Amino acid sequence: MTRSNPPDPSGLDEPSPSARTPGAGPGVRPGASPDSGGPGGRLCAEAVTLAYGRTTVVHEVGLTVEEGGVGLVGESGSGKTTLARALLGLLAPRSGRITYGGRDLAAMRRGERAGFRGAVQPVFQDGSDALDPRMRLGSSIAEALAAHHRLDRAARRARVAELLTDVGLDPELAARRPHEVSGGQRQRAAIARALAVEPRVLVLDEPTSALDVTVQARVLDLLEDLRAGRGLTYLLITHNLAVVDRLCRTCHVMFAGRVVESGPARELLTRPAHPYTLALRDAVPRIGGAPPRAAGRTDAVPAAEGCAFRLRCPLAVDRCRTQAPAPRPVQGRVVACHRAEEVLAGAARK
Amino acid sequence: MTTLALRRTPLRRLGDLARADVLAAVGLVVLVLIVLAALLAPWIAPYPDDGGAATHPAEALLPPGGDHWFGTDQVGRDVLSRVLFGARTSLFIAAAVLVVAAVAGVALGVVAGYAGGWARDVIMRITDVFLAFPALLLSLALAVVLQPSVTTVVVAIAVTWWPWYARLTASVAASVGRRGYIDAARCLGVPAPLIIVRHVLPNSLTPVLVQLSLDGGGVILTAAALSYLGLGAHEPTAEWGLMVEQGQTLFTTDWWVVTFPGLAILVTAFAFNVLGEGLRASLDPHRRPR
Repeated sequence: MTRSNPPDPSGLDEPSPSARTPGAGPGVRPGASPDSGGPGGRLCAEAVTLAYGRTTVVHEVGLTVEEGGVGLVGESGSGKTTLARALLGLLAPRSGRITYGGRDLAAMRRGERAGFRGAVQPVFQDGSDALDPRMRLGSSIAEALAAHHRLDRAARRARVAELLTDVGLDPELAARRPHEVSGGQRQRAAIARALAVEPRVLVLDEPTSALDVTVQARVLDLLEDLRAGRGLTYLLITHNLAVVDRLCRTCHVMFAGRVVESGPARELLTRPAHPYTLALRDAVPRIGGAPPRAAGRTDAVPAAEGCAFRLRCPLAVDRCRTQAPAPRPVQGRVVACHRAEEVLAGAARK
Repeated sequence: MTTLALRRTPLRRLGDLARADVLAAVGLVVLVLIVLAALLAPWIAPYPDDGGAATHPAEALLPPGGDHWFGTDQVGRDVLSRVLFGARTSLFIAAAVLVVAAVAGVALGVVAGYAGGWARDVIMRITDVFLAFPALLLSLALAVVLQPSVTTVVVAIAVTWWPWYARLTASVAASVGRRGYIDAARCLGVPAPLIIVRHVLPNSLTPVLVQLSLDGGGVILTAAALSYLGLGAHEPTAEWGLMVEQGQTLFTTDWWVVTFPGLAILVTAFAFNVLGEGLRASLDPHRRPR
């Protein structure tokens, strides 16, 4: 069972994780060196369109998971989770391509794909959904170990204990089932499972949204520590802008399946250039501050023609109705809005 | 309580159920007794030879009394002994049918549900074809073609029963397939067959278990019907449906010959049904606590 995967790329049975470079096995990546962005190469979406049946959810989105962390924000239904599934190789693009280390996921052969699997791992929102309810936490983590390393029983057990300790859990918890531990512990266990394969990139899909605020803070601490300690790169999907500010250097804002604004996270969140980013930011309640404003008329459906956001946009003009704004560079970021300069100048704020 | 019960081991779950639901507990106890009676028939039957081809013409059609609690039949065999031996036949048929139907149905259903796409389409269209026939009619047709025997009954019923399990399992497996832990396993590169066996199957079985206990009664009734129609078990095998058939003409004069095997069918089917209902209720997350 543990042998169903391609041999360790190092060609050795020696389980030293540091000796392992994902996707660099013999015959895995002939000749080509990774195109920068760490030893495993970069994870990219190139003009990716995603659809469920006839419903197109993501329209020609491009995105690169760069060092320093990338945030992907937007409201429910904006397509961010769907895009994440595609980046994880769980959903094939309708058009465009997902690449890792410059190689198209769809064109990868078995060995290469195993390398990708070992390099890009997910952490989902809800630990109780992400862990098999019938499996002990230790078994879930051991399954991840078995998928990429050949270890004997004792070594595997020791490694499970090590991973649990790494994420701040008591190794004793290995014997518990998911419903027998708290939500924060479940999420830590899910992170430990992802770490078991020594990934380069973690795709974090609302990793703290299902947790209490105090537990959220501690899981975020853990994520920061792990990134520093293991050289991980994060793609963080969330609607919590504060979390993006903390974990990401770059941020992309999605609306109705399109990226409407991308740029340096801090700048983008403090001085939005797209009315939707602004609305998202102002929708966050602040203690002692002005009451939050809904992100535009949230009941309005995305417009089919012109700018998708125009029905909710306080700045919409005739041009927005007839002409969909193309993404263009504006003051160090890329914005899809005809009136980005005015937004930056404070036009949307009264 | 209810959510906890979902995660207990099956045995503990039965214990919880017995405490929560008296009727289901009665069903469980009755079933256990029937199974014991079937297993121990050669030892507890007052006239073990009467379970087979023995005849005692001198004692034909004696009414229930001290020597023969349930009376005797046309050839003088003890009806109680034959009812006990009949439990073996009926429970064997029920078990065999359910095992065959559940194994085939669950195996196909879990693949169809998890794989989706053309695999699901092919498997589900095949089940649709089977489900398009009235079950008893299809069983009858098969039983007529094959030689009347207990094996025939098993085959004939199992053929009409597995599609239900396939359909049930497919729908459950499809929803399990959308859970996060399946995505997580896929991201780890766990091969699909292993994902099915390790994650999808174990998490899809609960409704199947409920369906199994609900179906026990139905299979016994169908088996009795086939034997009653002369397409299943035949003399001298003790089988409840066959005994009812043989005794029905005597009902007005010698009521016991048909009544006791008939009651046995009724009680067994009833026990299966209340147990199944109880299991279903206890596993239904929407049920309000009583």
